[in-house]
Amino acid sequence: MNTDPSILSIENLSIAYDKDKLAVKNVSATIKKNAITAIMGPSGCGKTTLLRAINRMHELYPNISTEGKIKLYDENIYDMSTIKLRRKVGMVFQRPNPFPTLSIYENVIAGYKLNGINLKRSERDEIVETSLKNVALWEEVKNSLHKKGNFLSGGQQQRLCIARTLAFKPDVILLDEPTSALDPIATAKIEDLLVDLKQNYTIVLVTHNMTQAARISDNSMYMYLGELIEYDETTQIFTNPKHTSTQNYITGRFG
Amino acid sequence: MRQLEQELTSLRHDVIDMWKLVISQVSNSGEAILSFDKELAQKVSMRERKVDAYELKIDSECENIIALHQPVAIDLRFVLAVFKINSNLERIADFAYGISRMLIANPSVILDAELITNTNVRVMISEVNKMLTQGLDAFENEKSNFAAAIFSEDYQVDEINNNAARIVADYIQKNPDRAFECLQLIAAIRKLERIGDHCSNIAEEIFFYIDAKVLKHASKK
Repeated sequence: MNTDPSILSIENLSIAYDKDKLAVKNVSATIKKNAITAIMGPSGCGKTTLLRAINRMHELYPNISTEGKIKLYDENIYDMSTIKLRRKVGMVFQRPNPFPTLSIYENVIAGYKLNGINLKRSERDEIVETSLKNVALWEEVKNSLHKKGNFLSGGQQQRLCIARTLAFKPDVILLDEPTSALDPIATAKIEDLLVDLKQNYTIVLVTHNMTQAARISDNSMYMYLGELIEYDETTQIFTNPKHTSTQNYITGRFG
Repeated sequence: MRQLEQELTSLRHDVIDMWKLVISQVSNSGEAILSFDKELAQKVSMRERKVDAYELKIDSECENIIALHQPVAIDLRFVLAVFKINSNLERIADFAYGISRMLIANPSVILDAELITNTNVRVMISEVNKMLTQGLDAFENEKSNFAAAIFSEDYQVDEINNNAARIVADYIQKNPDRAFECLQLIAAIRKLERIGDHCSNIAEEIFFYIDAKVLKHASKK
């Protein structure tokens, strides 16, 4: 592993949806700052649960129990308020989900509005413009900022959702299969965007698309049945993984 | 079976078939040197095109697998190793062909038994045959340790080659009328030495494929 500073530290994390069924089993890992970390594994391996645990989205399920810690810098996220946490750790989902009744402009600053944070007009304009520029959407939408977000193409909508996450200037962006609903061209744009964004943000990405993990991530995790089987530099994972189980998965011999 | 696995299996079969053909090319050309068997040399010469056809087929299979299946990890190492083994095998076959052409072009040349014994060319021929077979065994059985001896055998082949010039020079001084056949022998020895080098390259690829170790330009002792 490279020695870049880490930003997140997952310590002995276990998550159970039911009492006896662990979705995540005693996972420990540190996530490097300003890098893209991919989480891979077959369906049901716990990768989405792990991702959601990083901004405590997983707590929305009833009867869930969580053990262990996740530290953002030195602060345990389970001692933080979820509001504060989710400002620092944003989430982008599989299907683009702009608020359908809001305009593009309102979508970008929706987080502030929902949190009851009042901003001056000039501050709002500034945030909207910067966020849309960061996702390379500004030029495409600057003349239709007050139209509804859902007239955009799938790829544009997903970039809008990333802009909405960036508006809060988070430290970490979590993405759950962000391109699985997009065509190859829109996918390539999002991938390029993520690589650009890692200059200023730390990105954690769940993906079923192994070539995507190989193309854009710096480090990769392979999970199986809730366990973190292997975590290493992506180049290492895709050329010479240490575990047979990882090798079987990435070469498609799984199961 | 998965599509990729089918492609890899068929690639593996083709390389093994080519390898066996190259082994017989080298062993026949070696035998032709020792027994002055022009017919055998003719046979080697005729089969050279078959080796070339394998090379083209394997190249194109590798290209297709990479383009269409994006292999990773051991699959990727396998395809990359095969790609290089393929060109090394083809070069080896070229040397065998070169030896056979030399014998055919000069049908009257007969090597002196004393010269054959003194230069150790017989040992050289048997070493390169052994190296090729060990490489194939290691590849077929996916056991890199089967290929480990190849590096020291190559060293031995190099030694024979290094000593040959002096031995042949001495012989020419004593038998100046046989200079031409001596030059033929030296040329054949050089070709055998190059075959040894290519066998050693192949062994490196086998270690890369099976153990993910890069031995190229490293000391193997």
